[in-house]
Amino acid sequence: MGSNIPRFWRNLKSRYNLIGTKCANCKEIHFPPRHFCPKCRRLSKLEDFKLEGRGKIETYTVIHTPMDGFEGQIPYVLAIVKMPEGPRLTTQIVDCEIEEVKIGMKVKSVFRKIQEDGEAGLIHYGYKFKPA
Amino acid sequence: MKVAIIGVGLTKFGELWDSSFSQIFVEAGINALKDANIEGKDLEAIFVGNMSGGRFVDQEHVSGLIADHAGLNPLPSTRIEAACASGGLALRQGIMSILSGFHDVVVAGGVEKMTDVLTGQTTHTLATAADSEWETFLGTTFPGLYAMMARKHMEEFGTTREQMAMVAVKNHANARHNPYAQYPFEITVDDVLNSPMVADPLRLLDCSPITDGAACVILASEKRAKEFTDSPVYITGSGQASGTISLHSRKRLSVVDSTINASREAYKRAGLGPKDIQVAEVHDAFTIGEILGIEGLGFVEIGAGGKATEDGITQIGGKIPVNTSGGLKAKGHPVGATGVAQAVEITLQLRGEAKGRQTDADIGLTHNVGGSGGTAVVHTYEKG
Ligand SMILES: [Zn+2]
Repeated sequence: MGSNIPRFWRNLKSRYNLIGTKCANCKEIHFPPRHFCPKCRRLSKLEDFKLEGRGKIETYTVIHTPMDGFEGQIPYVLAIVKMPEGPRLTTQIVDCEIEEVKIGMKVKSVFRKIQEDGEAGLIHYGYKFKPA
Repeated sequence: MKVAIIGVGLTKFGELWDSSFSQIFVEAGINALKDANIEGKDLEAIFVGNMSGGRFVDQEHVSGLIADHAGLNPLPSTRIEAACASGGLALRQGIMSILSGFHDVVVAGGVEKMTDVLTGQTTHTLATAADSEWETFLGTTFPGLYAMMARKHMEEFGTTREQMAMVAVKNHANARHNPYAQYPFEITVDDVLNSPMVADPLRLLDCSPITDGAACVILASEKRAKEFTDSPVYITGSGQASGTISLHSRKRLSVVDSTINASREAYKRAGLGPKDIQVAEVHDAFTIGEILGIEGLGFVEIGAGGKATEDGITQIGGKIPVNTSGGLKAKGHPVGATGVAQAVEITLQLRGEAKGRQTDADIGLTHNVGGSGGTAVVHTYEKG
């Protein structure tokens, strides 16, 4: 489905530079960024927080049946990475053989093309992770 | 709490290429009215679960469409959406409308028509049950999320690939006795392990199919139920809980908290515990889902679901038969209809009308999950 540009640029800061949020009240760090701290609720005081882009694979899968927009990438590794700052994120794992990927593997972020939106001609970029 | 189910109706589940979206809902509704031996004019409201009429058949305003095509104007009609838990939530809304005293007789149904679009779009639409910006955007598919839970469960608890396959084997065997099932045939563990990879470690035969179908139940207040039937099945507990929409935000990746929380509420309202349940329909959109489900519902300890499946406790004749209908896996999974179809199966079981798949049960349970666990809804049922 065709999408308008603002849908994507409002997230660019986080997708390009791994900017999450930190709650000044409880010190918890969030990624993806939040606009409200679930712990402190009305007392939340959120500020931008840049994650270092390092972490460990907590679980992963290899996608063989893709959805629209990802046909050219299969098979690809998708993982949940736990970062030392606290939060986890979902990301593709690249620059290695699929067989090398293991739970517990150390990874670091890289900047890559995520997908192409055929109808709108948009090319989306963002974070992927590779072995550290 | 006590709300009666006085009638149930289904369509055949499968690729219903000759039928339209509204047609299948109406067919299930008429079957439920016939079963209840009442007329449309006895109804006071319509609740319909539907995940994505918009993406699957270019149709929003599903509630309006259905009331019109069922010839039920001017009854109030309401659509409820919570991805694959839409049906379970529609049932709960119907129940609440009766318990509030607002209505005495309502229809709660669910419908999905998934085969009108191509597979890539179906996969994309199902993935919209996840967080669109932080999961789906990055290439996450819905089987991919359950695959990541499966791998974590295998690592943490030693659950095996074969144990997951046994869920599919059992549910296919049960479906042989269900005339409404999409895949009423037997498969083997080897068939599962040799089927095409979808999202490692989950293969095609670990996944529920793409299905068209609808299901309806007629609900009545305890007071009015006796006018219509001598042997109603009562819904005695209802629980619903939310969990984080993203899998990566969960406390644990191998446990579905929303299932635990929803079942606690349902058990509490019913005055029952997991040991009292004698038959259950559990949300097996993927084989690992049934294992996570029986753990979260408290039928077995957390982590013990794979072993319990291998030991046969969830088979017909086992301690707690699960998915006698064939489950989402073999009966089919028209996402918006599933939660209601589960209630239909438990009603048939408690009435003793489940034929070749009949169990000896007076108390049953249904468990319906939206997304990877962002929503869970649980109901308990007792023979009247
Ligand atoms: Zn806080």
